[in-house]
Amino acid sequence: MRLTCTVNGTEQQVDDVWEGESLLYVLRERMGLPGSKNACEQGECGSCTVYLDGTPVCSCLVAAGQAEGREVGTVEGMATDEALHPVQQAFLDAGAVQCGFCTPGLLVATDDLVTRSLAAGAPPEDAEIREALAGNLCRCTGYEKILDAVKLAATRMSESAR
Amino acid sequence: MSAPARTPAGAPGSLTGPGSGGVGDDAARPDGTLKVRGEFAYGSDLWMEDMLWGVTLRSPHPYARIRSIDVGPALAVPGVKAVLTSDDVPGEKVYGLELADQPVLAVDVVRYQGEPVALVAADHPETARAAAARIVVDYEVWEPVTDAITALGHPHWNQVHDGTARVTELSRESAHLHPEGNLVRHLKVRTGDPAPTADVVVVNTYEVGMQDQAFLGPESGLAVPAEDGGVELYVATQWLHVDQRQICSALSLPPEQVRLTLAGVGGAFGGREDLSMHVHACLLALRTGKPVKMSYNREESFFGHVHRHPATMRYEHGATRDGDLVYVKAEIYFDGGAYASSTPAVVGNGGTMGIGPYVVPNVHVDCYGAYTNNPPCGAMRGFGSVQTAFAYESQMDALAAELGMDPVELRCRNAMEQGSKAITGQVIDSPAPVVELLRRLEAMPLPGAAPDDLRHMPGGVSNTTHGEGVRRGIGYAVSYKNVAFSEGFDDYSTARVRLEVVGGEPTVTVHTAAAEVGQGLVTVEQQIARTELGVDRVVVAPKDTQVGSAGSTSASRQTYVTGGAVKAACEAVRGRVLERAAATTGRPVGELRLFDGAVVADGLELPLAELLGDDAVEETLEWRHRPTEAIDPETGQGFAHVQYAFSAHRAVVDVDTELGLVKVVEMACTQDVGKAINPQAVVGQIQGGTAQGLGLAVMEEILIKDGRVQNPSFTDYLIPTILDMPPMRIEILEYADPHAPYGLRGVGEAPNISSGPAVLAAIRQATGLPLTRVPVRPEHLTGT
Ligand code: FES
Ligand code: FES
Repeated sequence: MRLTCTVNGTEQQVDDVWEGESLLYVLRERMGLPGSKNACEQGECGSCTVYLDGTPVCSCLVAAGQAEGREVGTVEGMATDEALHPVQQAFLDAGAVQCGFCTPGLLVATDDLVTRSLAAGAPPEDAEIREALAGNLCRCTGYEKILDAVKLAATRMSESAR
Repeated sequence: MSAPARTPAGAPGSLTGPGSGGVGDDAARPDGTLKVRGEFAYGSDLWMEDMLWGVTLRSPHPYARIRSIDVGPALAVPGVKAVLTSDDVPGEKVYGLELADQPVLAVDVVRYQGEPVALVAADHPETARAAAARIVVDYEVWEPVTDAITALGHPHWNQVHDGTARVTELSRESAHLHPEGNLVRHLKVRTGDPAPTADVVVVNTYEVGMQDQAFLGPESGLAVPAEDGGVELYVATQWLHVDQRQICSALSLPPEQVRLTLAGVGGAFGGREDLSMHVHACLLALRTGKPVKMSYNREESFFGHVHRHPATMRYEHGATRDGDLVYVKAEIYFDGGAYASSTPAVVGNGGTMGIGPYVVPNVHVDCYGAYTNNPPCGAMRGFGSVQTAFAYESQMDALAAELGMDPVELRCRNAMEQGSKAITGQVIDSPAPVVELLRRLEAMPLPGAAPDDLRHMPGGVSNTTHGEGVRRGIGYAVSYKNVAFSEGFDDYSTARVRLEVVGGEPTVTVHTAAAEVGQGLVTVEQQIARTELGVDRVVVAPKDTQVGSAGSTSASRQTYVTGGAVKAACEAVRGRVLERAAATTGRPVGELRLFDGAVVADGLELPLAELLGDDAVEETLEWRHRPTEAIDPETGQGFAHVQYAFSAHRAVVDVDTELGLVKVVEMACTQDVGKAINPQAVVGQIQGGTAQGLGLAVMEEILIKDGRVQNPSFTDYLIPTILDMPPMRIEILEYADPHAPYGLRGVGEAPNISSGPAVLAAIRQATGLPLTRVPVRPEHLTGT
């Protein structure tokens, strides 16, 4: 099967995709975008989180064919050549990155949360952050610094929006 | 030594990073930007144009004889390039960290469910999987041995067996798994009066379930055949050189022909100390002449690495009415599963550290490691000590209750301090601030009552309670853990440090083989070089076997041992640079130092660029911590450990006593780290270790039935999520250890040890139940 979709703003076309391949597999193995991670491939860890038409999804649970004609956003599309995205910078500054295997998925989930919260008028509170990130496992950090990073990103993003 | 034929896409390069921060600073990680950009290449991300995918066929049975294997149907699948069995292993067919007893691929017998039997390489992972499923293995299924005590033929508690029972004494179920019997190691500690008595005695039996490391990055790597007949292996691992030794032995190749490079590692926690796909990928690559990638999925990962030893432990504590410990007797059984892995060292830690950081005059410990047909168990963060801490800290609480004493008072009364004797007879010759750790915890404010919000209740938004039946409990626990390798092991690391001027800027390159697994050792290497050489630009070379061994990234040892090696190599480089500056300037070496890219002294500033010109100054050296010694086999006495790490936790929990649901409200931790080389990273280790300890206390267990794993997925094996982890309070003490570089203490394991027992103590206080098994499950709390 042939798959055509937009990834990080660029149109991508791949041939010979098998029926059973997930969007995660196609991104990682066929499009050369291994940034989205494969910690469980069962929808349980969030390390593969990408945007699909603007909504975060576990790309390991999305059949590649479902992405046909749609827009995919991955961690590789967050930064520019010159500058990191504020969420990426906040994760680094807060010390929220250890092994980093959970990081790409968390960055996408955090960007979604903070963007939605700020659009609704307020940065996310602790309890909201915990709920929003409950599907993203991290084995290294104990999550404290991830919470710090989300709050730091929200502060910086709301300041820069002003 | 020939260069690799080709380099995989994403192969690890040098790390430079942000460029500031010495020892004691919150320096930023040099790999951080790559990681947040999604550009850091983990083992599973490596890729080559014409690579094949390797998969493993594993045994469905915990114990069986292999009558025959027919690989024909698999070879017939289009796209399949090779199918291998143990007959295709050219060298030694068994490997192992301490004892070589584990087959590369099963030879005649499988001893655990998931044991690798055959390998397939194909051009697509699904093709390889489908082909593996077509291999026909004829098994004669045997009844598995699934219990450590049964395996040893130890019928009753409190009896000492110096060896495995004779075959004639064994029941049918405890058949010998290995030629020498089922005992891997028996450690004895004997001090003081062999038949002590005391006013107050508490006796209990405790059990700890099997925990999984559950690192997120799957076992993975890429093997590339080289032109010299050897192989390049890019792999996510913990100790490149011990892998290399075992791979060479299996492949029958010399070390020059087996070159390893560390790929990005997505967490380790001990689970990568043993080989997984290493030899398999190399075998397939050498057979097919093509690069072969292997990457486990989560289910296979549960079968593809060793776990934390489950333990059964009987403890007897005797004390005076005033609360002075008189004696401790402990009998500890670790289930090592089918192969030895690091069971001997686990027994070593469990036995020598098994009564906790307390001073006790009369001690009698028997600690056993046994073979069974359960999954092999080996290294996991805090090994040996995590299990025993649940027992000894529970005993301290039980004793306090019996005495009517406050549990913290009882601990402080018996705590070790600098100058105390450990049960090995070893004098604790550096600070041991156990009392201060506990007192500081007590002084921290307690969290208020849970706000009236479902999200703060046990059960959360599943709306299981609005506060009725919810009780709060507070628990304390202390840990101590030996840092680095013990019992006479020649524990060293190698560092190569080079100072040169690149593009006009003084640049240091640090090359070690020490595995960066997420903890931040690469940052520490840079910080040490900046501090010692006064140069900001420090490049961390890829971790590979082109430099000598750094030892394992385990036992909380790398900052100490590889940190020590980098420091020593920097000092050697500095010595040469200053001598040269002395010769040039005529000033005595003693007046000169390196600062901000220059040699400086009163009224002198000689830029390194000027002094060195095009010359590089390079030193490579091995560095060892002070030696330890083997313990006496009859008494357990000896200078077994080089250093101890101490931490303490206070846990606050809310328990829904009707449904048995636990909400951990807050964790507080105090730890003495000697010197925080990178305070932000130290806090990160404490937070992460606390989470893993909490996980074992309330949710994490690999469930085994008749030798079979029941829950090999993140759906059924639960690890803490952000909803399970409470806010933490952390206080770090820095009492220098005079024997260690910068006075530092290993950090990573101690908090993983004290956290779980504190949670257990808190649940016990909330419920009034004895709770002698972890993880605690709802049914333990409701009695249903
Ligand atoms: S890899 Fe998709 S949720 Fe885990
Ligand atoms: S940083 Fe390792 S899993 Fe999150």
